[in-house]
Amino acid sequence: MANVTLRNVRKIYPGGFEAIKGVDIEVGDGQFCVLVGPSGCGKSTLLRMVAGLETISSGEIDIGGRVVNAIEPAERDIAMVFQNYALYPHMTVYNNMAYGLRNRRMPEAEIKTRVEDAARILELGTMLQRKPRQLSGGQRQRVAMGRAIVRQPKVFLFDEPLSNLDAKLRIAMRVEIRKLQRRLNTTAIYVTHDQLEAMTLADILVVMNGGKVEQIGNPLDIYQKPATTFVASFIGAPPMNLMPLDGLRRQLHGADAVPAEAGQLGIRPEDFELGETVPAGGVGLDLRVDAIEHVGAETYVYGSRQDADGDDRLTATANDVIVRLPGVTAPEIGARIRAVAPRAKLHLFSADGRQRLPV
Amino acid sequence: MVEHRPLRDLVAYIVLSLGVLIFAFPVYVAFIASTYDAATVVSGNLPLTPGGRMLENYYRAVFVGGSRFMNQPVGVLLLNSFVTAIGIAVGKILISILSAFAIVYFRFPFRKTAFWIIFITLMLPVEVRIYPTYKVVADLRMLDTYAGLILPLIASATGTLLFRQFFMTVPDELLEASRIDGAGPLRFFWDTLLPLSMTTVAALFVIQFIYGWNQYLWPLLITTKDSMQTIVIGIKKMLTTTDELAEWQLAMATAVLAMLPPVAVVVFMQRLFVKGLVETEK
Repeated sequence: MANVTLRNVRKIYPGGFEAIKGVDIEVGDGQFCVLVGPSGCGKSTLLRMVAGLETISSGEIDIGGRVVNAIEPAERDIAMVFQNYALYPHMTVYNNMAYGLRNRRMPEAEIKTRVEDAARILELGTMLQRKPRQLSGGQRQRVAMGRAIVRQPKVFLFDEPLSNLDAKLRIAMRVEIRKLQRRLNTTAIYVTHDQLEAMTLADILVVMNGGKVEQIGNPLDIYQKPATTFVASFIGAPPMNLMPLDGLRRQLHGADAVPAEAGQLGIRPEDFELGETVPAGGVGLDLRVDAIEHVGAETYVYGSRQDADGDDRLTATANDVIVRLPGVTAPEIGARIRAVAPRAKLHLFSADGRQRLPV
Repeated sequence: MVEHRPLRDLVAYIVLSLGVLIFAFPVYVAFIASTYDAATVVSGNLPLTPGGRMLENYYRAVFVGGSRFMNQPVGVLLLNSFVTAIGIAVGKILISILSAFAIVYFRFPFRKTAFWIIFITLMLPVEVRIYPTYKVVADLRMLDTYAGLILPLIASATGTLLFRQFFMTVPDELLEASRIDGAGPLRFFWDTLLPLSMTTVAALFVIQFIYGWNQYLWPLLITTKDSMQTIVIGIKKMLTTTDELAEWQLAMATAVLAMLPPVAVVVFMQRLFVKGLVETEK
């Protein structure tokens, strides 16, 4: 039971590369914190610094009121689940879970109780005498979880634990991890590059980019009010449509004025409707349909923006717009449609995308 | 998918069988020679079926000894060879697994240099540095001792290289998991790395046992007492005579006996050996 606090944490490698550029995060007791970001953003490095596997160049990491900068991983009272599970291949499932406890000189009887409890929770009871290579991917994953649980640590650390599983199992394990963490009420820090995993698991979501925190907060708040265009395009699938504001400024001026420094407009695919009339202060985009994706419950329409006379308005990359329609009805490919969105659903950002502006 | 063509299989079998015959025939002749008396062997008309003196020849070889120049029974020579070969194999494994562990898992000044110095010794086998090595062993009063037979042959880079390559395939996460599990470097080595290395250890043991067993030049140089000689030298010395008939039948019996321990090592460790050289899945 512990808070984890990161204060202005930095990581500079001997070559001079700055992997973490000053990060502050506060994870409350029993909270589930997810670090998410593209590969190379430093999220794994940050987790490994909390674990003690990487040194901390400057700043402080505090676990349960104790600064752990100079403390060995084994003494930090943490447990870590690795992406490739890192099970000891030559040990049985039982010994894999018991190993860390034996190194702590725990009495064998207590080890047995703890391992068997963990095995029961994780439904590994019949596999305790098997070797990791005799287990399926999902079972190995559960053994790795078991190894973390038996330690009864203050903090669980997860380093992309589900990325080696197939899609179906990943969803099942995602739910299981969340349930387990709630049940044990242990603080957890979880690294992933999958924004869906991040959204569904997190109490606190930390979106990272280039060694810095882009935004911290409740996942829904981040979804609804992304602080930068990076967050806007990273969280949500398909991503938010971002476009230059230039030609649309006149439409928006209908109701309230738009801040002068606003340079980019964002609209989530699900906030569009097909219609003729543009709501006051809202946006209407004339699109030519390029592609349709049927997902079952909904349909994604990929369109490119057109002028009234039908010419392609902008350069190829900037004029693609994704519109999500409920159900399976969709326009023909090549058809002209108008996608409209009300003022309340718009997101405005500064021209460089670093700042969110009031709509 | 493996193609199945009877004709091709047949040709392959014929070629392989011929190869086996060519390799096995001298061994067979040696065995046949060890079952006749000296006169028959030397006459040049050696039959291809075993003769009747087998038990007598082997009894003499094992318990009595051969010529005047080699009066030790083969039993002693076998023991010497065995101690030497085991000593070299075990010593090499110990030294090379520890040095590879240091080179792969520890960051210390001149780590790369240390590795390259070890690597360079590959180019300096005993035969090349034989004079200085002899001088050192002689000054340390290790002539005619097991230590003198074993120690100079232990230092070599092959084992270190083999273990280094293996250690580099062990995922870093295993080390990290061990650290989180509270295992220090030696505990990680003992509890995780060594059990994972067992197949490599077995492969190296087979190679080095045979290497040690087959040593000729070095034991020839540093042993003068008959009681310290190895079997490979014993065979040679048995054939050194002045005027009487060389006792080829005893030499051949000794040669057959000398083959048995390496063959036994290969047969018993073959599965581990092959796994150790080709296994990639960890």
